[in-house]
Amino acid sequence: MSSTQSLGTATEVVKAATRRPSRIGRMIRRPLPAMGAVLLLILISVSIGAPWITAQDPFDMNVVDRLQPPNETYFFGTDAFGRDIFTRTLYGGRVSLIIGVSVAVTSTVIGLIIGIIAGYFRMADAILMRIMDGLMAIPGILLAIGLMSLTRASIWVVIIAITIPEVPRVVRLVRSVVLTVREQVYIQAAGAIGTRFPRLMLKHILPNTFAPLIVQATYIAASAVLIESYLSFLGVGTPPEIPSWGNIIAEGRLYVQIAFWNILFPSIFLALMVLSINILGDGLRDMLDPRLARRI
Amino acid sequence: MGNYVARRIFATIPVMGVVAIIVFLMLRLSPGDPAAIIAGDHATSDEIAEIREHLGLDRPLLEQFIRWLGQLVSGDFGVSIYMEQPVLGLILERVEPTLALAISTMIFAIALAVPLGVIAAWRAGSWVDQTIMALSVLAFSVPVFLIGYGLVMGFSLALELLPVQGFVSISEDPIGFLQHILLPTVALGLVYTALLARITRATMLETLNEDYIRTARAKGLAEPRVLILHALKNASVPIVTTIGTGLALLIGGVVVTESVFAVPGIGRLTIDAVLQRDYPVIQGVILVIAGVYVLVNLAIDLTYSLLDPRIRY
Amino acid sequence: MEGEAVLLVEGLRTEFSTGDGPPAVAVQDLSFHVNRGETLCIVGESGCGKSLTALSVLRLLPRPYGRIGAGRVLLDGRNLVDLPEPEIRAIRGRAVSMIFQEPMTSLNPVLNIGRQIAETVMVHEGLPWPACMDRALEMLRLVRIPEPERRLHEYPHQLSGGMRQRVMIAMALACRPRVLLADEPTTALDVTIQAQILDLIRDLQRETGTAVVLITHDLGVVAEMADRVLVMYAGSKVEEGTAEEIFDAPSHPYTRGLMGAMPHLGGGHGTRLNEIPGVVPALTARPSGCAFAPRCSLATDKCRSEAPGLNNIGGSHLIACWEVNGGLPT
Repeated sequence: MSSTQSLGTATEVVKAATRRPSRIGRMIRRPLPAMGAVLLLILISVSIGAPWITAQDPFDMNVVDRLQPPNETYFFGTDAFGRDIFTRTLYGGRVSLIIGVSVAVTSTVIGLIIGIIAGYFRMADAILMRIMDGLMAIPGILLAIGLMSLTRASIWVVIIAITIPEVPRVVRLVRSVVLTVREQVYIQAAGAIGTRFPRLMLKHILPNTFAPLIVQATYIAASAVLIESYLSFLGVGTPPEIPSWGNIIAEGRLYVQIAFWNILFPSIFLALMVLSINILGDGLRDMLDPRLARRI
Repeated sequence: MGNYVARRIFATIPVMGVVAIIVFLMLRLSPGDPAAIIAGDHATSDEIAEIREHLGLDRPLLEQFIRWLGQLVSGDFGVSIYMEQPVLGLILERVEPTLALAISTMIFAIALAVPLGVIAAWRAGSWVDQTIMALSVLAFSVPVFLIGYGLVMGFSLALELLPVQGFVSISEDPIGFLQHILLPTVALGLVYTALLARITRATMLETLNEDYIRTARAKGLAEPRVLILHALKNASVPIVTTIGTGLALLIGGVVVTESVFAVPGIGRLTIDAVLQRDYPVIQGVILVIAGVYVLVNLAIDLTYSLLDPRIRY
Repeated sequence: MEGEAVLLVEGLRTEFSTGDGPPAVAVQDLSFHVNRGETLCIVGESGCGKSLTALSVLRLLPRPYGRIGAGRVLLDGRNLVDLPEPEIRAIRGRAVSMIFQEPMTSLNPVLNIGRQIAETVMVHEGLPWPACMDRALEMLRLVRIPEPERRLHEYPHQLSGGMRQRVMIAMALACRPRVLLADEPTTALDVTIQAQILDLIRDLQRETGTAVVLITHDLGVVAEMADRVLVMYAGSKVEEGTAEEIFDAPSHPYTRGLMGAMPHLGGGHGTRLNEIPGVVPALTARPSGCAFAPRCSLATDKCRSEAPGLNNIGGSHLIACWEVNGGLPT
C-alpha cells in the first residue's frame, strides 16, 4: 500500500480536485507522443511515396557525379558510385519499415502463441521457459549475426534472424499475464463450470494481453529497425543490392572523411524513425497502462 | 543462504545447456548442407566431403552433440577453419579490448544514469525531468555509428583531440588507453545510459510514493539522505537487475562499436568469422559470450540479498 | 494536567491546486491548540481533512499540489508556516513528531530497526553513532518491546504489526518531542493490539509530558484517550470541548449523529444503527453555507446560505451551528 492510499483523503482530494482530461486531451497536452506519431507518419509517407517524390532511380549510377556534396540535383549528395543519396535514403525507409513491421508482427504472434501455451499448460511451461531463458542468454545481435551466417542473405532471412531473439521477451510478457489472469477467481469459477479453454482464452485472457503487447510490439519495431541497420552496417544484413540505411552507411563509411554526407543523412533518417517509434511506444504505454513503465 | 546460492548456481546449468543446444543446432539445422556452407560457394565436392568428415557431420546428431559437449568441457572449442588456430585461443587473444570497452562503458553509464534517474524522479514533471527523459529517448534511438562517427568527426578530425580509432592496452600506456577508449565508450554508453536512466527514474518514482519515505521526511531527514539512503536503496534491486539484463544490449553494441572504431576485439573476430563462414569461431564466441552473460547475471542475483534483506531464501 | 499551549493553530487553510480552476480547499479556517501533557483528539469521517491538518503542521503536504493557503501554526510562538526548509526539518522528528496509520509500510524495509531510530538522533542531536544506537535501544525498552537487543538489528518484515507501531512510536519519541501527532495509529491493528498501543501512548505521555494530537474516526478511541476533543466535518471544525463536555452533551447535529451511529452493547438483536443520511461532499462540491446542511435534519434556509461561526455554549464547549445553542444566549 502506498502513501497515497493511506492518506486516503488526500488522494481523493487531489483526484477530485484535479479534473482529469480525456485521454485525447491528455495526449494533446503532452506534445511529445503526438509529435512522435506525426514524425513517424511523415517518414512513412515519404518512404512509401518515394517514387513520386524523387524522379531518380536509387540504383542509377552516374560515376561522373560521384561523391558530390549536397546540391540542387542531388539533395543529399552522391555516393562512390554516383548514386543519389536522397533517393536511396527514401527507398531505404521502405526496407526499414518492412522489416520493422514484419519483425514486430511475427514476433508478437509467435510470442503470443508460445506464451499462452506456457502460461496455461504447466508441463509445457517448464520446457518452454528454459528454452526462452537460453535464447535470452545470447545477446540479440550475436544471435542474429549467427543466424545470418547460415544461409544466403535475403530480406526474409534478416526478418527471421531479428525476430527470433525478440520472441522470448514477448513470451515472458504474455505468460505473466496469463498466469495472473488464471489466478483470478472468476477464471477458476468459469473453469469449474466447464467453460472450455478456447472460450476462456478469448473472453478473458486475450483482452488482458492486448495493451502490453501493443506497446511491446512498438518497441520491437524500433529495435528491429536499429538491429537491421547494425547488421547491414557490419555486412551481415540485408543484401548489398538493396538500399537499406545500414547498407548505405556501410558503403559510405570508407569515405567518411571526404564525403560524410553518405553517412549523415541515412543515419539521421534512421535515428528519426527509431526515435519516433520509441516515442510512440512511450505514448501508447502511458495511455494504455502506466504501470508498464516499470516492466518495459 | 548457502542453499540459495547453490540453487541459483544450479539453475544456470539448464540455461547454458539450452544455449549449447541452440548453438549446436544452429549449424546443423540450417537449410542446405552445413558442410557445403562451411566450404563456401566455390568448393569442390571433395572438399565438402572432407569438411564433413573432419567436423563429424556425417554421424548421428546425438553422437555429434555428445562428442562436441565433451570437447567443450575439456576446453576444446574447436579450431578456426581459416586461421587454423584453436578457437578458445583466438577468443582469449581478443578479449582484452572488448572487456576494457565493456567495463568502461558500464562504469560510464552507471555513473551517469543513476544520478540522472534519481534527479528526474525527484523532480518528476518538471522541465528537468522532461529534459532528461527526452534526452533518454533520443540516446536510446540514435544508432551507435551516428554518435560514433559524429564524435570522431568532431573530436578526432576537426579538433584533433583524440585518436580516430584503435586500442591501446592499459598496461602499456594508461594515458593512451584512456584516449583511445573514451570515444567508443561514449558512443556505446549513451544507449546503456538511457536504458538505465529510464529504469532508475521509474523505480524511484514508485519508491518515492511509499509510506516510509513520508516517514523519513517526517523525521526531519535532509532530502539527499532520503533520496539515497532510503529511496535509492529500495530501488536498487530492479536497477541492478537492469544493469545485468542490459548487458545484452551492451554486447550487441560492442560489436558495432568495435567496427566503427577499429578496436581489435571479439566483435571484429565475430564479424570476420561470419563473413568467412568460420563456424567453429562463431559457435565459440556465442558460447563464451552467453556464458559470461549468464555468469554476470548470476553474480548480480547473488548480490540481491545484500541489497534487500527480505530476499533471503 | 493544565499547561500553556504548546501548539497553537490559527486559521489554517490547506488547499490543493486543481490545474486551471480555483484551488480546492481541504481544511478551512481551522484553529485549535494543544496544551502541555494533554491529549487532543481530532475526530471525523474519512475525507474531513483531519490527516491533512496534521500534515500541514509539519508541512508534509504532497508536493506539487498541496499548500498552506493561510493561517499560522505556532510552536512556542514560532510560526512554522513561514520557516525556511532547514529549520522546519529541524523541527520534524525533534520538536514535533508524527506517526502514521500503516505500520506495515511506514518503516523502511531495507534498513534495520536500530538504524532507523538512531538516525533521528544522529541527525538532530549530532551524537556519535554508538551513542545514537544506545538511545535506540533505550527507546525500544521504553516502548516495551521484548528482547530489544535482538530487535535492534532486525528488519521490519521480521516484526508484527503491533511491534512495528511500537517502533514507530520509539522513533517518534527518540528526541523527546514537545508534540506527537498520531494519525490513526491503531486503525490498522487488531483490537487487542489497539488497546496495548493506546495504553502505551498514554503511559508515555504521562512519563514524558508530550502533548498528543490523536487523529481518529473511532469514538471509542476518543473516549479512551481524549482530554479534549475536536470534531471536524468537511474541512472545518464543527464542535470542540473537553471529553466530558462532548460525551455528556454532544450538541452539533453531526456529533450527535456520530454518537448515535455507534453500536451499543445491550442494544439487542435487530437494533438498527442510526446512519447519518447522505455522504460527505466531495472537495470540489462543498456547498456554500453550512457544509453539513444537506444531511442535517435541523437545517434551515439560513443554514444553507450562511456558514455558521463558532459559538461557545458553556465552559470550553464550542459548536458551529445556527440551530443548536444549548439554550444559552450566544
